[in-house]
Amino acid sequence: MTRQFSLGNFLASNGVVLALAGVILFGWLRYDNFLGLFNVMSVLRYNSMFALISLGMCFVIMTGGIDLSVGATAALASVVAAQASPYGAGAGLAAGVLAGSAVGVANGLIITRLKIMPFITTLATMLAASGLALLLAGNQTIPVSYKTAFTWLGQGNLWGLPVPALIAAVAYLAGAVVLNLTSSGRTVLAVGDNEDATRLMGLPADRVLFGVYLACGGLAGLAGVVLAAQFGAGQPIEGKGWELFAIAAVVVGGTLLTGGSGSVMATLAGVLLLGVLFTILNFENGKGWISLSAYWQSVIRGVFLLAVVVLQARLADPARHPTNADGT
Amino acid sequence: MSDRGLMAFLGRHGTLAALIVLIALNILITKNFLTLQTLNVNLTQVCTIVIVAVGMTLVIATGGIDLSVGSLMAIAGALAPMIFLGTLFGIETVWFAVTVAVIVALCATTLFGAFNGWLIARFNIQPIVATLVLFIAGRGIAQVMTNGNLQVFKVPEFQIIGLGRVFGIPVQAILMVIIVIAAAWVLRRTVFGRQLLAIGGNDRAAVLAGVPVARVKIAVYAISGFLAGIAGLIVIAINSASDANLVGLGIELDAIAAVAVGGTLLSGGRATVWGTLVGALTIQIVRYTLLANGVPDAAAMVVKAAIIIVAVWLQQRGKRA
Amino acid sequence: MAAPPLLTMTGMTKRFGGTVALDDASLHVGTGEVHALVGQNGAGKSTLIKILTGYYRKDRGEVNFAGKPFEVASPRAAQDAAISTIYQEINLVPRQSVTENICLGRETRRFGLLDWRAMHDEARALLRRFNLNIDVRRPLGQFSTATQQMIAIARAIGFSARLVIMDEPTSSLDDRETGVLFDVVRQLRSEGLSVIFVSHKLDELYAICERVTIMRDGRTVHSSALSEIGKFDLISTMLGREIVRASGQATAFGAPLVASGSALFSAEGLSDGRQVRQVGFTLRKGEITGFAGLLGAGRTETARLIFGASKPSGGRMMLDGAPFAPRHPADAIAAGIGFCTEDRKIEGIVPEMTVAENMMLALMPKLARAGIVDEARQRDIVAGFIESLGIKCAGPDQKIRELSGGNQQKVLLGRWLALSPRLLILDEPTRGIDVGAKAEIQKLVNRLATEGLAVLMISSELEEVIEGAARVFVLREGHSVAELTPGEVTETAVLQAMAHGAAVAAHV
Repeated sequence: MTRQFSLGNFLASNGVVLALAGVILFGWLRYDNFLGLFNVMSVLRYNSMFALISLGMCFVIMTGGIDLSVGATAALASVVAAQASPYGAGAGLAAGVLAGSAVGVANGLIITRLKIMPFITTLATMLAASGLALLLAGNQTIPVSYKTAFTWLGQGNLWGLPVPALIAAVAYLAGAVVLNLTSSGRTVLAVGDNEDATRLMGLPADRVLFGVYLACGGLAGLAGVVLAAQFGAGQPIEGKGWELFAIAAVVVGGTLLTGGSGSVMATLAGVLLLGVLFTILNFENGKGWISLSAYWQSVIRGVFLLAVVVLQARLADPARHPTNADGT
Repeated sequence: MSDRGLMAFLGRHGTLAALIVLIALNILITKNFLTLQTLNVNLTQVCTIVIVAVGMTLVIATGGIDLSVGSLMAIAGALAPMIFLGTLFGIETVWFAVTVAVIVALCATTLFGAFNGWLIARFNIQPIVATLVLFIAGRGIAQVMTNGNLQVFKVPEFQIIGLGRVFGIPVQAILMVIIVIAAAWVLRRTVFGRQLLAIGGNDRAAVLAGVPVARVKIAVYAISGFLAGIAGLIVIAINSASDANLVGLGIELDAIAAVAVGGTLLSGGRATVWGTLVGALTIQIVRYTLLANGVPDAAAMVVKAAIIIVAVWLQQRGKRA
Repeated sequence: MAAPPLLTMTGMTKRFGGTVALDDASLHVGTGEVHALVGQNGAGKSTLIKILTGYYRKDRGEVNFAGKPFEVASPRAAQDAAISTIYQEINLVPRQSVTENICLGRETRRFGLLDWRAMHDEARALLRRFNLNIDVRRPLGQFSTATQQMIAIARAIGFSARLVIMDEPTSSLDDRETGVLFDVVRQLRSEGLSVIFVSHKLDELYAICERVTIMRDGRTVHSSALSEIGKFDLISTMLGREIVRASGQATAFGAPLVASGSALFSAEGLSDGRQVRQVGFTLRKGEITGFAGLLGAGRTETARLIFGASKPSGGRMMLDGAPFAPRHPADAIAAGIGFCTEDRKIEGIVPEMTVAENMMLALMPKLARAGIVDEARQRDIVAGFIESLGIKCAGPDQKIRELSGGNQQKVLLGRWLALSPRLLILDEPTRGIDVGAKAEIQKLVNRLATEGLAVLMISSELEEVIEGAARVFVLREGHSVAELTPGEVTETAVLQAMAHGAAVAAHV
């Protein structure tokens, strides 16, 4: 039995991909070199960091939670990675991911053991991670070592594609496999759907919750490594607002903030959509017809998020039913 | 006291107890703690947080959250100087200009707040997402209005809200106290306050009991916007300058922390405005204690984070006992 | 039973702080046996079950399962040990597929990854035993409650349960679906599974169970074959006192009152574009009108239309002879209508608020002066209702979530009565409430009707509708198919109408 086709359903599940195709088309038609190799590679390279944190955020949101600490964690990881970079690319990578994972462990433990809401927990760890980053870095940026291959992780290419993009691609593939083909992945959705029922069904809800926050932290750590490698320095104050980008990407991709349903690939589309929009703004500025200061970008991003969210509210989730005769 | 009894006591009064302990500690170890100057410094820093946190308390009581408060502060902070400095339109009398500036700024933030409430009530959008929109776009609006430029001024008629004193007490502290008392009274004694808690406790039951949920939600977010506007005006008055990039940056977190530490349930249904005041004061004192004793600001952040976790944990355990 | 008992629990004792929940309780269940566990709310049934399934630890006592000492620390462990529980609320995950709901926790894998095809096949095979042929890939939430209940049982079987505990499994099922469930239970029994059946519905227990254990005040007060104790004695053992029954009635309603007044409220051709298609009925002052019908007939949805909680897509409503079209519940309340909803947890109580605050929630704006709550008047009104409704609580300032279900229901009743309504809609007013409180509420509703209140009672308990209502409208799939006037209201007539449609022309 197939679900009845309706425009609403179609848009809700495929909207983001359609929108992405739409903006790419728009950009291609309007600007020179929009789909040129240089631009595409730059966009992919730059947005890999956001892609990584959005993946982690997607899993967390699917459990019905949230992780506000991803930005600060990435900053912390970038500092740690930069400090470890003289010992090799591998050392820098490992150090950054470990640092991120440590924050993830803290989140996971506080949420599952102390039973404190994810919102407030990750608010606190965001603060702590920022503080730690500043402390470790002595309030300065930490230059990475160019004597090792560390910067290749951010600035290099492999098989013609930017290394960070490949890292993100691998992560997303792994994420999709985990979500669809492992019991832990299915349990992630179950937990977001109805956490109490999941426990009563005998499923390891706590273990899975701990796991998603750990993974989210680790991915944020990876993003921090890419940040340091790409820009040549560990930056303790970077990362502000990253969590919002991630939430926006996840929401735009169709994952419900309440949890219980979502798609890894749709999140990727959301990341790309937001990234391409940003690029379009740059191109538009370049054309010179309008001169949008960087400040307009926030406004436009906000308006865009608004449009998406309102559309989603009108089209999606039939589980809601109005409680007033006038529909509210 | 039995273990359960202690937990319950700590849960209900833990933050207040902590505050008292901290003050005592400071009297012992920090130089010059019991001076008027210290009091002023701390009050100044905490007033704006408390004012915003009061609005946040009411919003959280309905089970919502308002992430846009910082951006709304920036908007108020950007708009007001543009009016009383004559950038937008010229007004002869300074007092009149200042009045118009304040009214326009507060109207703007109140309307934006109502917009948040409307998104939430009309479209059933989650408060985090709805207020995220203005969080992102609001500061941008302020930045666009001022093109990111600093507005510096020296207008004593306006700045009394930040720098003035009445009988030696800063005006902003008086404002803060008035706002706290008013909000606590509204929450406890008025129909509106009861309706807020009902919505946060069980919104479906509230609707069926005839509570005008949509109207109440729009109103509470409007109030949050209004209070954020006041806070924004105070901040720029103190600094004699308005930087749209910086006004209110990060304050939503401080406000939420104060609310949580103060004992209001983040899921809604139970709220205490006095608790928020105590929560904000506690966090402020901790910060001050560390700073005054030479601990770097970054470390203070870590400590603040730990406090939030411990305070919320104690409260939850106290509630269960 | 010659075979050794599957489960023995003896000397079970458990305290929570100062309260004794279990006091030397016991339970013995044989292999291949369907065992009824009865008792009022607070008698200890839930505690006993929760110890068995790993939620609580016992203070004292011995548990033997399948011949060996038994103790588990979590639901997962209980499940692994072959004890499964089916709860009153479907404790599954509605957005995930049926297959996952059946197989998660026990997945089939290929090369380390989930083998969806094998799991789908297994799910289908399990469901076929219940004559269910559904698309197992669809989300669970898209199926009816009854189907979801079956899927929950399928999950239990899939986990090779030897003992299945069913806690009020039929509370959301209608008679036909209950029949299907019972067939399943009989099947399980023939395969050697045992079932502990917890329920307040005596007819069902007598239909399906062989043995019964009665608990009261934390103790086991009776255990025997069900055939050895009659319904009447069972209830009195449960309550610990004799209850007087007049004229062999099963409920506490008196003789149904017949109103002579004209219609207070009438509806014609009502529809809401979803479950309500064509509904018409009249409600009279001083009369209890019942809505009978199967689940999904649209009774609650019709009530929501009356109350302004849903938007009608067609039809007319009249109140006092004038057109009535409420846009919010507030409009209906202003017109003198009250609505005591079906699910007090989801739509009724505000858990963090006190008894007084909950009770005054709807009346509060009317009592206020300039927006300020009038505490003094509220106190008086609340105290009055606590007494007249017999609400057992520590006081008006006790948090409502600490009260028992029956007392919470009374507080909610008080919320609506405080408005002095002219029409009171009661949706399943005695669901999930123990026998004693049930009788009290039924007597109360009766008294209110005598005093002139028009009552619309929606109930899935046939005897409640038949004995309580003077006039019954039967709804079937969104249509009002029959009106049974006073005198015509009999079990046969109602069932006929529910099954076959209009016997008497629908009142339009």
